[in-house]
Amino acid sequence: MSDIVIRVENLGKKFTLRHQPQRTEYTTLRDTINSSFRTVGKRICGRHDTQLADNTREEFWALKNVSFEVRRGDKLGIIGPNGSGKSTLLKILSRITEPSVGTARIRGKVSSLLEVGTGFHPELTGRENIYLNASILGMTKNDTRKRFDEIVAFSEVEKFLDTPVKRYSSGMYVRLAFAVAAHLEPEILIIDEVLAVGDASFQKKCLGKMDDVARAGRTVLFVTHNMGVVQTLCRRGVLLSKGAMIADGTATEAVTAYLEFLEKASLRNLAERADRTGRGRVRLSGIEISTGESFGETTLATGRPARFVFYVTGKLPGLSCAFTIYDQLGQPVTYFDSTLHGLEDVVDEEAISRFVCVVEELLLIPGQYRINASLSCDGECEDDVKGAIFFRVEQGKVRARSISGEPGYGSVAIPHHWMVPASA
Amino acid sequence: MNRHALSATSGGTDSEIKDSGEPSLHLLTNTPELVIKPGYSSTQYWKDLWHYRELLYFLCWRDLIVRYKQTAIGVVWALIRPLLTTLVFTVVFGTLAKLPATGVPYPLMVFAGMLPWQLFASALTDSSTSLLNNSHLISKVYFPRLLVPFGAVAVTLVDFSVSAMLFITMMIWYGIVPDWRVATLPIFILLALSLSLGAGLWFASFNVKYRDFRYIVPVVIQLGLYISPVGFSREVIPEQWRLWYSLNPMVAVIDGFRWALLGGTQDFYLPGFYLSLGIAVFLLITGIWYFRRVEGMFADKI
Repeated sequence: MSDIVIRVENLGKKFTLRHQPQRTEYTTLRDTINSSFRTVGKRICGRHDTQLADNTREEFWALKNVSFEVRRGDKLGIIGPNGSGKSTLLKILSRITEPSVGTARIRGKVSSLLEVGTGFHPELTGRENIYLNASILGMTKNDTRKRFDEIVAFSEVEKFLDTPVKRYSSGMYVRLAFAVAAHLEPEILIIDEVLAVGDASFQKKCLGKMDDVARAGRTVLFVTHNMGVVQTLCRRGVLLSKGAMIADGTATEAVTAYLEFLEKASLRNLAERADRTGRGRVRLSGIEISTGESFGETTLATGRPARFVFYVTGKLPGLSCAFTIYDQLGQPVTYFDSTLHGLEDVVDEEAISRFVCVVEELLLIPGQYRINASLSCDGECEDDVKGAIFFRVEQGKVRARSISGEPGYGSVAIPHHWMVPASA
Repeated sequence: MNRHALSATSGGTDSEIKDSGEPSLHLLTNTPELVIKPGYSSTQYWKDLWHYRELLYFLCWRDLIVRYKQTAIGVVWALIRPLLTTLVFTVVFGTLAKLPATGVPYPLMVFAGMLPWQLFASALTDSSTSLLNNSHLISKVYFPRLLVPFGAVAVTLVDFSVSAMLFITMMIWYGIVPDWRVATLPIFILLALSLSLGAGLWFASFNVKYRDFRYIVPVVIQLGLYISPVGFSREVIPEQWRLWYSLNPMVAVIDGFRWALLGGTQDFYLPGFYLSLGIAVFLLITGIWYFRRVEGMFADKI
């Protein structure tokens, strides 16, 4: 019978922002005394303004009304745009900061990794820092001693164990820090995007280790921006935005909700979007995706034709268009570039300046996709927009073979046929 | 379809496999529930303090190692400071001002007062800045924050013991042997520690929110060094002012040190001691209370 190890009810966290245009971030006693005299003075004189009218204080709810439950052995991914309150939620669950309202009930030992190398001191050697960091993360000295050799082996810094950490390269530093963290054996593990450091092989090692931890039946709460990791490592997902919980379901459901959320955010007119790079002599003003058969439909299907039309604000000699299609996991699937000429390319004599990319047979499996598009002129980037448009691909057939969409097995359906042995 | 590449098996099977190796996991239903809510919960906190005692050891160990690594003078600095101050005070108060010593050589009397004062001063300074110095830990990890000022005070005891060695050497040099009163020394040490910790907790809590508080402490200590009977004997103060003078809680501590160490050449003012004791207990209890009250917002403000 799986029991509930974390129950969060109506959790909220409020910050009071003080707007201090010229002063430093910290309060000084002098300021507080001054402002209290002023308030007292105002009250005496009968002019009783509310503090908010003073325009220097503002309430900001980093988390509001968040409730969810986590069962033992759950792997929960917490996703959301920047500023949605994910880190605040983790800090509250790790008891680093107090909630303003609501409760969280936890059964079991919690270990939090909000940063790699917490407490590392540059003057201490690697060996000394291992013991120090392990103790900070909650391991006893005995445990650390028992696992010392494993930790050193995982970190691959054996040769430099007795030099001060300030001499380490940043890669060594991170490896050592993560090695200690990886050998924690908590019942509940809370991780905040610490895997965003290190080179590719190390990241792979860390993911592998985290996978082991997850398999061992421990409960994991994982905050990340990497949709791929969320879907492979976590079974449940929670989506936060601006402090509120928008979705709570399986990892795939949460990721889909997140992508839809991003899509809605990007549905503003492409021409008006400001988050783009490039020289800007010409710009993308709109994108249309259709099957070519009926206009304006953004719903494509596997195996059917697809038409991508990119409207451009002007004409330039040597102008070209390129775009990349990304899948639900954030992985690039394929790349189209109009500078790479083919026999079937034609010049469009229409007055409106546009690029049209015609795909006879869309080999993408059903799912949600997005496009990053760019314009270049003689190799120099004129315009580059990330997440320019989102589209869905529905179920369809490729050469009469039906394709179903299982996430995690790639995004492409390649035309093929089988020769199978006769059943004797 | 083989999905082993993606997700682990269902929760039930996981726990069965794991139970055989990890006894702590199947006791989960019996583990107490921790409730996190606004305000602070007491009993869990004190249990936590015990649970995290190893961390206290590591924090102290770290501070000590860091202090003495990469220093040429290192340990010697812990000796130079009291020696120099003793020298200056002996010259200024003893030789120039010709204040009376009480039956013992002036330098010895001064040093016997320096010992507790150094302890108090460094404990107060270090504990009041301890939270700020460990801000990176406080914002990223949970542990009972009381450990931080505790640790800072514990480290000053190490310096104290180094100076104490020096004092013992001086006593041997002057041929003074302490009597049974030395056994009462721990009381005065504890008194000094409670005073510095109590005041230190107040300052530490204030320092997190009001950054200018940290400039008050050195001034207080500077003043205190001259007001307290470090460079001179308490006997200098006339009788009728004695009780008022004892409002400075360090007076009783310094007095006590001299009484315990210098073998009966000083008499002991009991009312002053009770006053100091009361102040120490008051400071410590209210210090802990206030610290616990505002502890929850440290991570936000630091």
